[in-house]
Amino acid sequence: MVVGESKPIEEILAMVADFDKILLTGCKGCVTVCNAGGQKEVGILASALKIARKKEGREIQIDEVTLERQCDPEYIDQLEEPINNNSYDAVVSMACSVGPQYIAARYEDLLVFPALNTTFIGGSLEHGVWAEFCQACGACGIHNFGALCPIARCAKSLLNGPCGGSSGGKCEISPETDCVWHLIYDRMNRLGQLDKMANVVMFKDWTTSRDGGPRKIVREDLKQ
Amino acid sequence: MKAQSNLERVFAAGHFAVTGELGPPRGADAEVIKEKGQYLVGLVDSVNVTDNQTAVVRMASMAVCRLLLDMGLEPNLQMVCRDRNRLAIQADLLGASALGIKNVLCLSGDHQKFGDHPQAKNVFDIDSMQLIATCKKMRDEGKLINEHELEGVPHFFIGAAANPFADPFDFRVTRLAKKIEAGVDFIQSQCIYNMDKFRTWMQQANDLGLTEKCYIMAGITPLKSVGMARYMQKFVPGLDVPEEYIARLKGVEKKEQGAEGIKIAIEQIQEMKEMKGISGVHVMAIEWEEKVEEIVTGAGLLPRPEVS
Ligand code: SF4
Ligand code: SF4
Repeated sequence: MVVGESKPIEEILAMVADFDKILLTGCKGCVTVCNAGGQKEVGILASALKIARKKEGREIQIDEVTLERQCDPEYIDQLEEPINNNSYDAVVSMACSVGPQYIAARYEDLLVFPALNTTFIGGSLEHGVWAEFCQACGACGIHNFGALCPIARCAKSLLNGPCGGSSGGKCEISPETDCVWHLIYDRMNRLGQLDKMANVVMFKDWTTSRDGGPRKIVREDLKQ
Repeated sequence: MKAQSNLERVFAAGHFAVTGELGPPRGADAEVIKEKGQYLVGLVDSVNVTDNQTAVVRMASMAVCRLLLDMGLEPNLQMVCRDRNRLAIQADLLGASALGIKNVLCLSGDHQKFGDHPQAKNVFDIDSMQLIATCKKMRDEGKLINEHELEGVPHFFIGAAANPFADPFDFRVTRLAKKIEAGVDFIQSQCIYNMDKFRTWMQQANDLGLTEKCYIMAGITPLKSVGMARYMQKFVPGLDVPEEYIARLKGVEKKEQGAEGIKIAIEQIQEMKEMKGISGVHVMAIEWEEKVEEIVTGAGLLPRPEVS
Protein backbone atom coordinates (compact mmCIF):
# COMPACT_ATOMS: atom_id res chain seq x y z
CA MET A 1 0.00 0.00 0.00
CA VAL A 2 0.88 3.66 -0.08
CA VAL A 3 2.20 4.56 3.35
CA GLY A 4 2.01 8.07 4.69
CA GLU A 5 2.27 9.92 7.96
CA SER A 6 0.76 13.07 9.32
CA LYS A 7 2.66 16.28 8.85
CA PRO A 8 3.62 17.94 12.13
CA ILE A 9 0.63 19.79 13.59
CA GLU A 10 2.56 23.08 13.49
CA GLU A 11 2.94 22.77 9.74
CA ILE A 12 -0.77 22.12 9.27
CA LEU A 13 -1.68 24.98 11.61
CA ALA A 14 0.47 27.32 9.55
CA MET A 15 -1.28 26.13 6.35
CA VAL A 16 -4.71 27.02 7.72
CA ALA A 17 -3.64 30.08 9.71
CA ASP A 18 -5.64 32.48 7.53
CA PHE A 19 -8.82 30.39 7.40
CA ASP A 20 -11.89 30.18 9.60
CA LYS A 21 -13.76 27.36 7.91
CA ILE A 22 -12.23 24.31 6.33
CA LEU A 23 -13.21 20.85 5.14
CA LEU A 24 -10.98 18.06 6.37
CA THR A 25 -11.15 15.01 4.14
CA GLY A 26 -9.97 11.49 5.00
CA CYS A 27 -9.66 8.41 2.83
CA LYS A 28 -10.73 4.83 3.57
CA GLY A 29 -7.97 3.36 1.39
CA CYS A 30 -4.28 2.83 2.18
CA VAL A 31 -4.00 5.68 4.68
CA THR A 32 -6.74 4.15 6.82
CA VAL A 33 -4.78 0.91 6.90
CA CYS A 34 -1.59 2.70 7.92
CA ASN A 35 -3.44 4.77 10.53
CA ALA A 36 -2.55 8.09 8.97
CA GLY A 37 -5.62 9.51 7.24
CA GLY A 38 -8.74 7.45 7.94
CA GLN A 39 -11.92 8.54 9.69
CA LYS A 40 -10.32 8.17 13.10
CA GLU A 41 -7.30 10.31 12.23
CA VAL A 42 -9.54 12.93 10.64
CA GLY A 43 -11.37 13.24 13.96
CA ILE A 44 -8.16 13.45 15.93
CA LEU A 45 -6.61 16.10 13.67
CA ALA A 46 -9.81 18.16 13.61
CA SER A 47 -9.91 18.26 17.44
CA ALA A 48 -6.24 19.10 17.69
CA LEU A 49 -6.53 21.97 15.21
CA LYS A 50 -9.66 23.31 16.92
CA ILE A 51 -8.05 23.22 20.36
CA ALA A 52 -4.92 24.95 19.11
CA ARG A 53 -6.92 27.68 17.39
CA LYS A 54 -9.13 28.17 20.41
CA LYS A 55 -5.98 28.76 22.48
CA GLU A 56 -4.96 31.41 19.98
CA GLY A 57 -8.36 33.04 20.50
CA ARG A 58 -9.44 32.50 16.91
CA GLU A 59 -11.74 29.54 16.57
CA ILE A 60 -11.91 27.54 13.36
CA GLN A 61 -14.82 25.56 11.99
CA ILE A 62 -13.78 22.18 10.65
CA ASP A 63 -16.17 19.85 8.87
CA GLU A 64 -15.10 16.25 8.46
CA VAL A 65 -15.73 13.79 5.69
CA THR A 66 -13.96 10.53 4.86
CA LEU A 67 -14.28 9.24 1.30
CA GLU A 68 -14.18 5.66 0.09
CA ARG A 69 -11.07 6.67 -1.81
CA GLN A 70 -9.65 9.96 -3.03
CA CYS A 71 -7.78 8.49 -6.00
CA ASP A 72 -10.89 7.87 -8.04
CA PRO A 73 -13.04 10.63 -9.62
CA GLU A 74 -16.14 8.59 -8.83
CA TYR A 75 -15.55 9.00 -5.10
CA ILE A 76 -14.54 12.65 -5.36
CA ASP A 77 -18.22 13.10 -6.29
CA GLN A 78 -18.98 12.58 -2.62
CA LEU A 79 -17.48 16.03 -2.01
CA GLU A 80 -20.10 17.78 -4.20
CA GLU A 81 -22.64 18.10 -1.47
CA PRO A 82 -20.53 19.50 1.36
CA ILE A 83 -18.51 21.78 -0.91
CA ASN A 84 -21.50 23.17 -2.83
CA ASN A 85 -23.50 23.82 0.33
CA ASN A 86 -20.74 25.52 2.30
CA SER A 87 -18.30 28.24 1.59
CA TYR A 88 -15.07 26.66 2.74
CA ASP A 89 -11.91 28.71 2.78
CA ALA A 90 -9.94 25.59 1.95
CA VAL A 91 -9.91 21.80 1.83
CA VAL A 92 -7.28 19.84 3.73
CA SER A 93 -6.81 16.28 2.52
CA MET A 94 -5.55 13.46 4.68
CA ALA A 95 -5.33 11.04 1.77
CA CYS A 96 -2.04 10.20 0.13
CA SER A 97 -0.93 13.06 -2.10
CA VAL A 98 -3.04 11.78 -4.98
CA GLY A 99 -6.15 12.89 -3.08
CA PRO A 100 -5.43 16.63 -2.79
CA GLN A 101 -4.46 16.68 -6.48
CA TYR A 102 -7.78 15.08 -7.46
CA ILE A 103 -9.67 17.60 -5.34
CA ALA A 104 -7.69 20.50 -6.81
CA ALA A 105 -8.41 19.23 -10.33
CA ARG A 106 -12.12 19.04 -9.58
CA TYR A 107 -12.48 22.40 -7.79
CA GLU A 108 -10.47 24.92 -9.74
CA ASP A 109 -11.14 27.83 -7.39
CA LEU A 110 -10.62 26.04 -4.12
CA LEU A 111 -7.43 26.07 -2.07
CA VAL A 112 -6.27 22.54 -1.26
CA PHE A 113 -3.63 21.42 1.24
CA PRO A 114 -2.02 18.05 2.01
CA ALA A 115 -2.04 17.04 5.67
CA LEU A 116 0.09 13.96 5.11
CA ASN A 117 3.55 13.30 3.87
CA THR A 118 3.14 10.46 1.40
CA THR A 119 6.16 8.42 2.21
CA PHE A 120 6.54 5.15 0.33
CA ILE A 121 5.06 1.97 -1.08
CA GLY A 122 5.43 -0.48 1.73
CA GLY A 123 3.88 -2.56 4.42
CA SER A 124 3.76 -2.94 8.18
CA LEU A 125 6.46 -4.85 10.00
CA GLU A 126 4.71 -4.82 13.36
CA HIS A 127 2.06 -2.67 14.98
CA GLY A 128 3.11 0.95 14.45
CA VAL A 129 6.07 0.18 12.21
CA TRP A 130 6.06 0.41 8.42
CA ALA A 131 8.85 -0.01 5.89
CA GLU A 132 9.48 0.65 2.22
CA PHE A 133 9.44 -2.30 -0.17
CA CYS A 134 9.00 -0.93 -3.68
CA GLN A 135 9.98 2.15 -5.61
CA ALA A 136 7.62 1.54 -8.53
CA CYS A 137 10.42 1.24 -11.08
CA GLY A 138 7.86 -0.08 -13.53
CA ALA A 139 9.76 -3.24 -14.49
CA CYS A 140 9.79 -5.59 -11.53
CA GLY A 141 12.77 -7.89 -11.41
CA ILE A 142 12.78 -9.06 -7.80
CA HIS A 143 12.65 -12.73 -8.81
CA ASN A 144 16.31 -12.29 -9.76
CA PHE A 145 17.11 -11.24 -6.21
CA GLY A 146 15.36 -13.82 -4.08
CA ALA A 147 12.12 -11.83 -4.31
CA LEU A 148 13.63 -8.92 -2.40
CA CYS A 149 13.90 -5.48 -3.99
CA PRO A 150 17.41 -3.98 -4.17
CA ILE A 151 16.14 -0.83 -5.85
CA ALA A 152 13.87 0.28 -3.05
CA ARG A 153 15.62 -1.41 -0.15
CA CYS A 154 19.33 -0.89 -0.86
CA ALA A 155 20.36 2.65 0.09
CA LYS A 156 22.27 2.90 -3.21
CA SER A 157 19.88 0.83 -5.37
CA LEU A 158 22.81 -1.41 -6.26
CA LEU A 159 22.18 -4.29 -8.60
CA ASN A 160 25.45 -5.99 -7.68
CA GLY A 161 25.63 -5.69 -3.91
CA PRO A 162 26.35 -6.00 -1.11
CA CYS A 163 28.74 -3.05 -1.15
CA GLY A 164 31.78 -2.65 1.07
CA GLY A 165 29.73 -0.89 3.73
CA SER A 166 27.60 -3.91 4.63
CA SER A 167 28.32 -4.80 8.22
CA GLY A 168 26.72 -7.44 10.43
CA GLY A 169 23.61 -7.54 8.25
CA LYS A 170 23.15 -3.78 8.48
CA CYS A 171 23.54 -1.01 5.94
CA GLU A 172 26.31 1.58 6.10
CA ILE A 173 23.71 4.33 6.46
CA SER A 174 22.41 3.15 9.83
CA PRO A 175 22.60 0.27 12.28
CA GLU A 176 18.77 0.41 12.21
CA THR A 177 18.61 -0.34 8.48
CA ASP A 178 18.92 -3.89 7.19
CA CYS A 179 21.33 -4.40 4.31
CA VAL A 180 18.90 -5.89 1.82
CA TRP A 181 21.82 -7.36 -0.07
CA HIS A 182 22.77 -9.39 2.98
CA LEU A 183 19.16 -10.63 3.09
CA ILE A 184 19.33 -11.41 -0.63
CA TYR A 185 22.53 -13.37 -0.07
CA ASP A 186 21.03 -15.38 2.79
CA ARG A 187 17.91 -16.16 0.82
CA MET A 188 19.74 -17.12 -2.36
CA ASN A 189 21.92 -19.33 -0.21
CA ARG A 190 18.87 -21.10 1.27
CA LEU A 191 17.35 -21.44 -2.18
CA GLY A 192 20.56 -22.98 -3.51
CA GLN A 193 20.91 -20.14 -6.02
CA LEU A 194 24.19 -18.55 -4.97
CA ASP A 195 25.58 -19.28 -8.43
CA LYS A 196 23.11 -16.72 -9.78
CA MET A 197 24.70 -14.09 -7.57
CA ALA A 198 28.02 -14.66 -9.31
CA ASN A 199 26.69 -13.11 -12.52
CA VAL A 200 27.22 -9.44 -13.21
CA VAL A 201 23.86 -7.71 -13.50
CA MET A 202 24.11 -5.13 -16.25
CA PHE A 203 22.57 -1.69 -16.69
CA LYS A 204 18.98 -1.15 -15.69
CA ASP A 205 16.65 0.53 -18.15
CA TRP A 206 14.99 3.30 -16.16
CA THR A 207 12.58 4.38 -18.89
CA THR A 208 9.73 2.61 -17.11
CA SER A 209 10.57 4.42 -13.89
CA ARG A 210 9.87 8.06 -13.04
CA ASP A 211 13.00 8.92 -15.05
CA GLY A 212 11.04 8.29 -18.24
CA GLY A 213 8.66 11.12 -17.31
CA PRO A 214 5.30 10.98 -15.53
CA ARG A 215 3.74 7.60 -16.17
CA LYS A 216 0.34 6.51 -17.35
CA ILE A 217 -1.28 3.14 -17.89
CA VAL A 218 -3.90 2.79 -20.60
CA ARG A 219 -5.93 -0.40 -20.52
CA GLU A 220 -7.82 -0.58 -23.80
CA ASP A 221 -9.78 -3.58 -22.54
CA LEU A 222 -11.27 -1.48 -19.75
CA LYS A 223 -11.67 1.87 -21.49
CA GLN A 224 -15.15 2.84 -22.52
CA MET B 1 49.14 -3.34 -22.56
CA LYS B 2 45.75 -1.78 -22.21
CA ALA B 3 46.48 1.79 -21.26
CA GLN B 4 50.27 2.16 -21.04
CA SER B 5 49.90 3.90 -17.71
CA ASN B 6 52.93 3.92 -15.47
CA LEU B 7 51.06 1.75 -12.97
CA GLU B 8 50.25 -0.84 -15.60
CA ARG B 9 53.84 -0.87 -16.82
CA VAL B 10 55.18 -1.33 -13.28
CA PHE B 11 52.91 -4.32 -12.79
CA ALA B 12 53.66 -5.74 -16.21
CA ALA B 13 57.40 -5.58 -15.55
CA GLY B 14 56.83 -7.68 -12.44
CA HIS B 15 57.56 -5.01 -9.86
CA PHE B 16 55.77 -4.71 -6.53
CA ALA B 17 53.70 -1.56 -7.14
CA VAL B 18 53.04 1.31 -4.74
CA THR B 19 50.18 3.77 -5.01
CA GLY B 20 49.37 6.74 -2.83
CA GLU B 21 46.30 8.81 -2.25
CA LEU B 22 45.49 12.49 -2.29
CA GLY B 23 42.31 14.05 -0.99
CA PRO B 24 41.45 17.29 -2.85
CA PRO B 25 40.78 20.42 -0.76
CA ARG B 26 37.41 21.91 0.12
CA GLY B 27 38.24 24.98 -1.87
CA ALA B 28 39.65 26.23 -5.15
CA ASP B 29 43.29 26.63 -4.12
CA ALA B 30 45.55 24.74 -6.54
CA GLU B 31 48.54 25.41 -4.26
CA VAL B 32 47.20 22.84 -1.79
CA ILE B 33 47.47 20.17 -4.48
CA LYS B 34 51.04 21.16 -5.20
CA GLU B 35 51.97 21.00 -1.53
CA LYS B 36 50.34 17.64 -0.91
CA GLY B 37 51.48 16.22 -4.25
CA GLN B 38 55.08 17.23 -3.56
CA TYR B 39 55.22 14.74 -0.68
CA LEU B 40 54.49 11.90 -3.09
CA VAL B 41 56.84 12.69 -6.00
CA GLY B 42 59.22 9.79 -6.56
CA LEU B 43 57.61 7.68 -3.84
CA VAL B 44 54.65 6.08 -5.60
CA ASP B 45 53.80 4.77 -9.05
CA SER B 46 50.39 6.42 -9.17
CA VAL B 47 48.27 8.64 -6.93
CA ASN B 48 44.58 8.02 -6.32
CA VAL B 49 42.59 11.23 -6.33
CA THR B 50 39.42 10.83 -4.33
CA ASP B 51 36.04 11.87 -5.70
CA ASN B 52 33.93 13.80 -3.18
CA GLN B 53 35.18 11.31 -0.62
CA THR B 54 32.77 10.48 2.22
CA ALA B 55 30.23 12.54 0.26
CA VAL B 56 31.93 15.82 1.16
CA VAL B 57 32.24 18.37 -1.64
CA ARG B 58 35.84 18.85 -2.71
CA MET B 59 37.71 20.05 -5.76
CA ALA B 60 36.86 17.85 -8.76
CA SER B 61 38.95 14.72 -8.98
CA MET B 62 39.52 15.14 -12.71
CA ALA B 63 40.92 18.65 -12.30
CA VAL B 64 43.24 17.52 -9.53
CA CYS B 65 44.41 14.60 -11.67
CA ARG B 66 45.42 17.06 -14.37
CA LEU B 67 47.29 19.22 -11.83
CA LEU B 68 49.18 16.13 -10.72
CA LEU B 69 50.11 15.26 -14.30
CA ASP B 70 51.60 18.73 -14.57
CA MET B 71 53.76 17.90 -11.54
CA GLY B 72 54.98 14.67 -13.11
CA LEU B 73 52.80 12.46 -10.91
CA GLU B 74 50.61 9.81 -12.47
CA PRO B 75 47.05 10.09 -11.24
CA ASN B 76 44.41 7.45 -10.70
CA LEU B 77 41.00 9.05 -11.16
CA GLN B 78 38.50 7.85 -8.59
CA MET B 79 34.94 7.99 -9.85
CA VAL B 80 31.78 7.37 -7.85
CA CYS B 81 28.29 6.54 -9.12
CA ARG B 82 26.58 8.57 -6.42
CA ASP B 83 26.96 11.96 -8.09
CA ARG B 84 26.51 11.34 -11.81
CA ASN B 85 24.33 9.37 -14.18
CA ARG B 86 25.49 7.39 -17.19
CA LEU B 87 25.56 10.48 -19.38
CA ALA B 88 27.82 12.40 -17.03
CA ILE B 89 29.99 9.37 -16.24
CA GLN B 90 30.73 8.62 -19.87
CA ALA B 91 31.29 12.28 -20.67
CA ASP B 92 33.72 12.56 -17.75
CA LEU B 93 35.56 9.43 -18.82
CA LEU B 94 36.05 10.82 -22.32
CA GLY B 95 37.21 14.13 -20.90
CA ALA B 96 39.58 12.43 -18.46
CA SER B 97 41.17 10.48 -21.26
CA ALA B 98 41.57 13.63 -23.34
CA LEU B 99 43.36 15.23 -20.38
CA GLY B 100 45.87 12.38 -20.29
CA ILE B 101 44.41 10.41 -17.38
CA LYS B 102 45.03 6.68 -17.82
CA ASN B 103 43.95 5.03 -14.58
CA VAL B 104 40.38 4.98 -13.29
CA LEU B 105 39.10 3.56 -10.04
CA CYS B 106 35.43 2.60 -10.23
CA LEU B 107 33.46 3.02 -7.00
CA SER B 108 29.83 3.11 -5.94
CA GLY B 109 30.54 5.91 -3.47
CA ASP B 110 29.63 6.41 0.17
CA HIS B 111 26.02 7.32 0.77
CA GLN B 112 25.55 11.07 1.24
CA LYS B 113 23.87 10.59 4.61
CA PHE B 114 27.09 11.29 6.52
CA GLY B 115 28.49 13.81 4.07
CA ASP B 116 28.27 17.59 4.03
CA HIS B 117 25.14 17.72 1.84
CA PRO B 118 22.84 15.05 3.29
CA GLN B 119 19.92 16.87 1.61
CA ALA B 120 21.25 15.94 -1.83
CA LYS B 121 19.48 13.65 -4.27
CA ASN B 122 21.76 10.75 -5.10
CA VAL B 123 22.01 9.21 -8.53
CA PHE B 124 23.15 5.57 -8.59
CA ASP B 125 21.92 5.21 -12.16
CA ILE B 126 24.62 2.55 -12.55
CA ASP B 127 26.69 0.81 -9.87
CA SER B 128 30.43 0.23 -9.51
CA MET B 129 30.27 -3.12 -11.27
CA GLN B 130 28.53 -1.53 -14.24
CA LEU B 131 30.98 1.37 -14.17
CA ILE B 132 33.81 -1.12 -14.63
CA ALA B 133 31.90 -2.61 -17.58
CA THR B 134 31.38 0.89 -19.00
CA CYS B 135 35.11 1.67 -18.95
CA LYS B 136 35.87 -1.69 -20.53
CA LYS B 137 33.27 -1.30 -23.24
CA MET B 138 34.59 2.15 -24.13
CA ARG B 139 38.15 0.90 -24.23
CA ASP B 140 37.80 -2.54 -25.82
CA GLU B 141 34.83 -2.02 -28.10
CA GLY B 142 35.20 1.71 -28.67
CA LYS B 143 31.53 2.14 -27.82
CA LEU B 144 29.30 3.89 -25.34
CA ILE B 145 26.81 1.91 -23.24
CA ASN B 146 24.20 2.57 -25.95
CA GLU B 147 26.46 0.98 -28.61
CA HIS B 148 27.29 4.33 -30.18
CA GLU B 149 30.74 4.17 -31.80
CA LEU B 150 33.29 6.56 -30.33
CA GLU B 151 35.44 8.84 -32.38
CA GLY B 152 38.56 8.52 -30.30
CA VAL B 153 38.73 5.65 -27.85
CA PRO B 154 39.79 6.21 -24.22
CA HIS B 155 42.45 3.80 -22.98
CA PHE B 156 42.06 3.16 -19.29
CA PHE B 157 43.78 0.87 -16.87
CA ILE B 158 40.66 -0.08 -14.94
CA GLY B 159 40.64 -0.37 -11.18
CA ALA B 160 38.12 -1.03 -8.45
CA ALA B 161 38.01 -1.43 -4.70
CA ALA B 162 37.39 -4.57 -2.69
CA ASN B 163 36.57 -4.82 0.96
CA PRO B 164 37.30 -8.25 2.41
CA PHE B 165 36.02 -7.07 5.80
CA ALA B 166 32.47 -6.28 4.78
CA ASP B 167 29.72 -8.84 5.20
CA PRO B 168 28.77 -11.50 4.31
CA PHE B 169 32.40 -12.63 4.30
CA ASP B 170 31.77 -15.74 2.18
CA PHE B 171 30.47 -13.59 -0.65
CA ARG B 172 33.46 -11.22 -0.73
CA VAL B 173 35.60 -13.34 -2.99
CA THR B 174 32.64 -13.90 -5.34
CA ARG B 175 32.20 -10.15 -5.57
CA LEU B 176 35.89 -9.85 -6.47
CA ALA B 177 35.34 -12.45 -9.20
CA LYS B 178 32.38 -10.42 -10.47
CA LYS B 179 34.53 -7.30 -10.73
CA ILE B 180 37.08 -9.28 -12.73
CA GLU B 181 34.33 -10.59 -14.98
CA ALA B 182 33.09 -7.03 -15.45
CA GLY B 183 36.56 -6.08 -16.65
CA VAL B 184 38.74 -4.84 -13.84
CA ASP B 185 42.53 -4.84 -14.30
CA PHE B 186 43.58 -4.03 -10.75
CA ILE B 187 42.06 -3.98 -7.30
CA GLN B 188 42.90 -1.81 -4.31
CA SER B 189 41.64 -3.25 -1.06
CA GLN B 190 40.05 -1.44 1.85
CA CYS B 191 42.50 -0.56 4.67
CA ILE B 192 43.65 -3.80 6.20
CA TYR B 193 44.12 -4.29 9.92
CA ASN B 194 42.73 -7.77 10.47
CA MET B 195 45.57 -9.69 8.84
CA ASP B 196 44.10 -13.13 9.58
CA LYS B 197 40.90 -12.35 7.76
CA PHE B 198 42.81 -10.79 4.89
CA ARG B 199 45.00 -13.89 4.55
CA THR B 200 41.89 -16.07 4.39
CA TRP B 201 40.38 -13.88 1.67
CA MET B 202 43.61 -13.92 -0.32
CA GLN B 203 43.78 -17.68 0.02
CA GLN B 204 40.28 -17.92 -1.46
CA ALA B 205 41.25 -15.54 -4.28
CA ASN B 206 44.36 -17.58 -5.02
CA ASP B 207 42.43 -20.85 -4.95
CA LEU B 208 39.96 -19.52 -7.50
CA GLY B 209 42.78 -18.30 -9.72
CA LEU B 210 41.61 -14.71 -9.40
CA THR B 211 45.06 -13.37 -8.60
CA GLU B 212 46.18 -14.55 -12.02
CA LYS B 213 43.48 -12.46 -13.65
CA CYS B 214 44.03 -9.08 -12.01
CA TYR B 215 46.59 -7.28 -9.90
CA ILE B 216 45.62 -7.02 -6.24
CA MET B 217 46.98 -4.21 -4.10
CA ALA B 218 46.71 -4.33 -0.32
CA GLY B 219 45.33 -1.18 1.29
CA ILE B 220 47.47 0.21 4.10
CA THR B 221 46.53 3.15 6.31
CA PRO B 222 48.86 3.96 9.20
CA LEU B 223 47.08 4.44 12.51
CA LYS B 224 47.88 7.85 14.00
CA SER B 225 46.62 7.28 17.51
CA VAL B 226 44.48 5.12 19.77
CA GLY B 227 41.66 7.60 19.16
CA MET B 228 41.76 7.14 15.40
CA ALA B 229 41.98 3.37 15.74
CA ARG B 230 38.95 3.29 18.04
CA TYR B 231 37.00 5.59 15.74
CA MET B 232 37.67 3.38 12.74
CA GLN B 233 36.81 0.29 14.74
CA LYS B 234 33.50 1.66 15.99
CA PHE B 235 32.19 4.04 13.37
CA VAL B 236 33.47 3.09 9.95
CA PRO B 237 31.21 0.34 8.59
CA GLY B 238 33.17 -2.44 6.97
CA LEU B 239 36.44 -1.70 8.77
CA ASP B 240 37.89 -4.25 11.12
CA VAL B 241 40.54 -3.03 13.61
CA PRO B 242 41.65 -5.83 15.95
CA GLU B 243 42.36 -5.11 19.62
CA GLU B 244 45.91 -6.33 19.15
CA TYR B 245 46.92 -3.17 17.26
CA ILE B 246 45.08 -0.92 19.67
CA ALA B 247 46.95 -2.57 22.52
CA ARG B 248 50.25 -1.89 20.72
CA LEU B 249 49.41 1.79 20.33
CA LYS B 250 48.32 1.97 23.97
CA GLY B 251 51.61 0.39 24.98
CA VAL B 252 53.61 3.48 23.99
CA GLU B 253 53.51 7.10 25.14
CA LYS B 254 50.89 9.24 23.53
CA LYS B 255 53.36 11.23 21.44
CA GLU B 256 54.92 8.00 20.23
CA GLN B 257 51.64 6.51 19.02
CA GLY B 258 52.02 7.90 15.48
CA ALA B 259 55.49 6.37 15.20
CA GLU B 260 54.16 3.05 16.44
CA GLY B 261 51.36 3.25 13.84
CA ILE B 262 53.94 3.76 11.11
CA LYS B 263 55.93 0.81 12.44
CA ILE B 264 52.81 -1.35 12.21
CA ALA B 265 52.16 -0.16 8.64
CA ILE B 266 55.73 -1.04 7.64
CA GLU B 267 55.43 -4.52 9.18
CA GLN B 268 52.16 -5.03 7.29
CA ILE B 269 53.79 -4.02 4.01
CA GLN B 270 56.70 -6.40 4.66
CA GLU B 271 54.21 -9.20 5.07
CA MET B 272 52.27 -8.14 1.96
CA LYS B 273 55.46 -8.30 -0.09
CA GLU B 274 55.71 -11.99 0.74
CA MET B 275 52.03 -12.83 0.39
CA LYS B 276 51.04 -14.90 -2.63
CA GLY B 277 48.84 -13.01 -5.07
CA ILE B 278 49.61 -9.51 -3.80
CA SER B 279 51.06 -7.29 -6.52
CA GLY B 280 51.48 -4.07 -4.59
CA VAL B 281 50.33 -1.83 -1.78
CA HIS B 282 48.03 1.14 -1.78
CA VAL B 283 49.21 3.51 0.95
CA MET B 284 46.42 5.76 2.16
CA ALA B 285 47.99 8.16 4.63
CA ILE B 286 44.87 10.19 5.22
CA GLU B 287 45.83 13.85 5.81
CA TRP B 288 49.28 12.51 6.62
CA GLU B 289 50.89 12.62 3.19
CA GLU B 290 54.18 13.81 4.68
CA LYS B 291 54.65 10.40 6.30
CA VAL B 292 54.49 8.39 3.08
CA GLU B 293 58.23 8.76 2.57
CA GLU B 294 59.01 7.29 5.97
CA ILE B 295 56.65 4.38 5.31
CA VAL B 296 57.86 3.45 1.83
CA THR B 297 61.49 3.93 2.86
CA GLY B 298 61.00 1.79 5.95
CA ALA B 299 59.32 -0.91 3.90
CA GLY B 300 62.22 -0.96 1.40
CA LEU B 301 60.07 0.13 -1.52
CA LEU B 302 62.44 2.81 -2.83
CA PRO B 303 63.59 3.71 -5.35
CA ARG B 304 60.50 3.29 -7.50
CA PRO B 305 61.25 1.57 -10.80
CA GLU B 306 61.52 3.55 -14.02
CA VAL B 307 59.72 1.43 -16.60
CA SER B 308 59.42 2.46 -20.18
S1 SF4 C 1 11.98 -4.10 -8.84
FE1 SF4 C 1 10.84 -2.18 -9.24
S2 SF4 C 1 8.68 -2.78 -9.23
FE2 SF4 C 1 9.82 -4.48 -8.29
S3 SF4 C 1 9.74 -4.07 -6.09
FE3 SF4 C 1 11.60 -3.11 -6.86
S4 SF4 C 1 11.06 -1.00 -7.36
FE4 SF4 C 1 9.16 -2.18 -7.13
S1 SF4 D 1 25.19 -1.74 2.94
FE1 SF4 D 1 23.77 -3.05 1.78
S2 SF4 D 1 21.84 -1.90 1.68
FE2 SF4 D 1 23.44 -0.46 2.31
S3 SF4 D 1 24.14 0.49 0.42
FE3 SF4 D 1 25.49 -1.27 0.78
S4 SF4 D 1 24.56 -2.98 -0.29
FE4 SF4 D 1 23.01 -1.37 -0.18
